[in-house]
Amino acid sequence: MNPENERELLINMGPQHPATHGVLRLVLEVEGEIVKRCTPYIGYLHRGLEKLAEDLTYVQSLPLTDRLDYLSSMVNNVGFCLCVEKLLGINVPERAKFIRTMLSEMARICSHLVWIATHALDIGAMTVFLYAMRDREKLLELFEMVTGARLTVSYPRIGGVRCDVSNEFLKKLERFIDEFPKRVEEYETLIDRNRVWLKRTKGVGVISAEEAINWGLTGPTLRGSGVYYDVRKFFPYDAYDKVEFDVPVGKNGDIYDRYKCRMLEFRQSVRIIKQCIERLPEGPILADNAPKIRMPASPLKIDKEDVQFEIYVDDKSVEDFIKKFTDIYASVEAPRGELGFYIVCDDSAKPYRMRVRAPSFVHTGALPRLCEGGLIADVIANIGSIDIVLGECDR
Amino acid sequence: MNPVEIIKKIKDRFPEDVLWFRCFRDQCDLTIKREKIKEILSYVKNTPLLEFNYLVDLTAVDYLGFREPRFDVIYIIMSIKHKHRLIIKAQVPEHGCCIDTVSDLWATANWFEREVFDMFGIFFKGHPDLRRILLPEDWNGYPLRKDYPVISDLGDKEWEPFRELKEAGKGWREDES
Repeated sequence: MNPENERELLINMGPQHPATHGVLRLVLEVEGEIVKRCTPYIGYLHRGLEKLAEDLTYVQSLPLTDRLDYLSSMVNNVGFCLCVEKLLGINVPERAKFIRTMLSEMARICSHLVWIATHALDIGAMTVFLYAMRDREKLLELFEMVTGARLTVSYPRIGGVRCDVSNEFLKKLERFIDEFPKRVEEYETLIDRNRVWLKRTKGVGVISAEEAINWGLTGPTLRGSGVYYDVRKFFPYDAYDKVEFDVPVGKNGDIYDRYKCRMLEFRQSVRIIKQCIERLPEGPILADNAPKIRMPASPLKIDKEDVQFEIYVDDKSVEDFIKKFTDIYASVEAPRGELGFYIVCDDSAKPYRMRVRAPSFVHTGALPRLCEGGLIADVIANIGSIDIVLGECDR
Repeated sequence: MNPVEIIKKIKDRFPEDVLWFRCFRDQCDLTIKREKIKEILSYVKNTPLLEFNYLVDLTAVDYLGFREPRFDVIYIIMSIKHKHRLIIKAQVPEHGCCIDTVSDLWATANWFEREVFDMFGIFFKGHPDLRRILLPEDWNGYPLRKDYPVISDLGDKEWEPFRELKEAGKGWREDES
């Protein structure tokens, strides 16, 4: 080799790179085609959401959560509502629970469709993009029918959902999910046994089960490594304990297994939606004690009898402190992984602190682990396979 | 094991360091002194029957004016094997605002700790790469502290780096003199 070519090269990838799925910047230190070091830089989309929420009431914060993961805003809303409901002790009516579950799974299909579209496009399979976007359009129309919005739905309310679903919508949705499994097969015929696809994905970006847990991966990215962890099964919320579904788990932990997990999730989502339509109970859609748009300034009605504590230090002020601040963590299985909300409440209508545990943030952190030692071209495939949305990553 | 048993077990092992525990609905949390945080976390990670092998979240809360020491660093940990979750809080005072890193126990703590440093200014001793993560390198202050205003105190003034950028770019646009 020419000695002049033996030096290391620094490549700046992004923030305006089409394959980084948003404004992610990677600094790659390469030696030839091999990536020696990969340093992600994030924060280009930072809007200070956690600080903003401290200045708004719980009800007002809800539309903010749409802007986290804008491809599946429904799940974000549900996550936030669940956390506040757990805090205030609101029991959501059955019908609302089923509607939420149904729409969450629609959002999961929607989000996975964008993922397969862009991921395949990045690796070089253009056709899938067109088909996936076509089907997503139908789902977005269904979303519009119920919620009035296509992307940022703001549909759930603390204690239920905003409005009821119509029979017309249910019929349309049923028609969609009847034909959707065939569509998934259609995508698979395009890429599943495609030689280029297999070469690009099999044995690339491998992460073992222990390491995946160590790096905090969640969702299909973790399950691709063979770890059985799904918030819907471990800590069931909404109607997930009343419907039957399986959690697909991979084996090798490479890009192909992660892809396979998501493809199988399509079918499980269809299964869940079908059961939700069949079993949708009648009844109210909003709990009686749900907070109104104008929340009371203070104090909130939190049942302090639920709080049990034991203090081991000799300090009088501790008891007052414990009684004043209540904190709660609740999480949902977003299409990307575990989306958690941690809220500290000081009995006023505004959260004292709201923290969003975003799966994309964690996954971006694990990107160097996946990319280092691989080829430059595989960086793109890796970014696609962990399925990040930068709006959620930067908050 | 149910959460209260877990807490009793930790309390028996570290009687000096556990300050109090609290259960609210199905969630339990444990407040401890910061000195032995690493020891306690590696204990709960590696002890059979506890096996909290998964760090769900790491964050902080600022209790300015309500409590001394001011900050709580919060570790939400979970065991995939036993399906239980626990919250551990370590108290950090404003002066000597630092705590041991746990990024060698869980790789995911690396970025979480960077974010806490970025937003609260809490230093993590032994962290391999403690830089700002979401905000620019030259940002002043720590936004999620309670004494940091929601509305900028710059008022009508421009942010200094932005003004410098505009100065540097002068003369490029035709409609600009």
